[in-house]
Amino acid sequence: MTSGFDWQVIVKNLPFLWTGMQTTLLLTVLAISGGIVGGTILALCRLSKFSVLSWFGGSYVNFFRSMPLILVIFWFYFLVPIVLGRPVGGFYSVLIAFILFEAAYYCEIIRAGIASVGRGQVYAAQAVGLNYFQIMRYIILPQAFRNMVPILLTQGIILFQDTSLVYVVGLHDFLVTADIVANRDVRLIEMYSTVAVVYFVMCLLGSLGVRRLQRKYAL
Amino acid sequence: MQYNWNWSILLQEPYYGWIWSGFSWTLATGCAAWVIAISLGSVIGVMRTTQVPILRTIGTCYVELFRNIPLLVQMFLWYFVFPELLSKDAGMWVKREMPMPEYSTAVVCLGTYHASRVAEQVRAGIESIGQGQRYAGLAMGLTPVQVYRYVLLPVSYRIIVPPLTSDFLGIIKNSSLALTIGVLELTAQTRQIEEYTFQGFEAFTTATVLYIVVTAVVMAMMRVVEKKTAVPGMLSLEAK
Repeated sequence: MTSGFDWQVIVKNLPFLWTGMQTTLLLTVLAISGGIVGGTILALCRLSKFSVLSWFGGSYVNFFRSMPLILVIFWFYFLVPIVLGRPVGGFYSVLIAFILFEAAYYCEIIRAGIASVGRGQVYAAQAVGLNYFQIMRYIILPQAFRNMVPILLTQGIILFQDTSLVYVVGLHDFLVTADIVANRDVRLIEMYSTVAVVYFVMCLLGSLGVRRLQRKYAL
Repeated sequence: MQYNWNWSILLQEPYYGWIWSGFSWTLATGCAAWVIAISLGSVIGVMRTTQVPILRTIGTCYVELFRNIPLLVQMFLWYFVFPELLSKDAGMWVKREMPMPEYSTAVVCLGTYHASRVAEQVRAGIESIGQGQRYAGLAMGLTPVQVYRYVLLPVSYRIIVPPLTSDFLGIIKNSSLALTIGVLELTAQTRQIEEYTFQGFEAFTTATVLYIVVTAVVMAMMRVVEKKTAVPGMLSLEAK
């Protein structure tokens, strides 16, 4: 280990780190969107009056919640090429893993959000003659999402941190690009500290923003 | 889809042994880290509820610091960066002479990370009791330490049993991150079996089943504990 904190190595590699950060952000945004869509469908399944659907929703959530994310990433990194019969690249395997994994967590948040909308709303909507999909689309989900925006965003911040786990399959995200520089230039301290500070600042700002939003939009 | 099934691979040596050794390491890492998490987390959580501003600030900083850095990055910081920050001899000891360096680092990292989560639960538990009991305790002449020891903590621990259970399961799951610094726990071992034999289905299924079993057993045990420790008259618990 060469002594002295070398700022130069950070500045010099900023463009490379930025490419990694782009992958991280893209993965985060896609996984959040996919996770929320999947989570909504799962939540509707869990709350459905058809026992097959609610059983499926419940088992799905329990299954994914008892597995470590790393194992899920390994599973899909191995499974997706076999099922499709051709290599698809790490990004897509990992993205599928993240969406399916996060859907289980989003499902629980959305389920609680839907449950927080009063029963009276459903009865009123039924009384004016709306069908199930109309009730969900125009009455329940808009209110539910407003209630759960802060928790959804908090989960998004957790997901943003979790994307660093793609390290285990070597996808070039922010952490891996920093890791490459760290090992190439033997600047472990500089690079890992930079990564930590960047993540810390982004997540702290994110959670402060969520807290402000929470105060502003509370119903 | 082409795949050659071979479930018997799981019973062959050395793979059979790898799985069980990995499983034991997962449990050993999780449990040891849990001891750190619950003790340190309780201290930090209590600090955040005291009336002393400096203690509250320290507690808040700790929680924000450990919550806003990804666990994997923390793992690298503990393993690669922390020894360099120590004095030369201490750094050498951590890197070379400390028993089981990877395991110990992983335990400390997981423990301190989850302590920030436990701290939030403990704080929420204490705050849910309300200020009335604290004032009643102080009015009876108890010292602040006695108020926490005899009034606030016993009740708040009973209230937060369910979230603590999911934190414990979180620590077991997160112990899989220890593989990045070379601890051969369950996920690492099954990954290794996949790489040696290309029997990924069998290996990953084993790991999945073992994690699910651990979750189910812990949940079943904690359900009993939850019933035994439920505080009578608390609505939130009766609703469950």
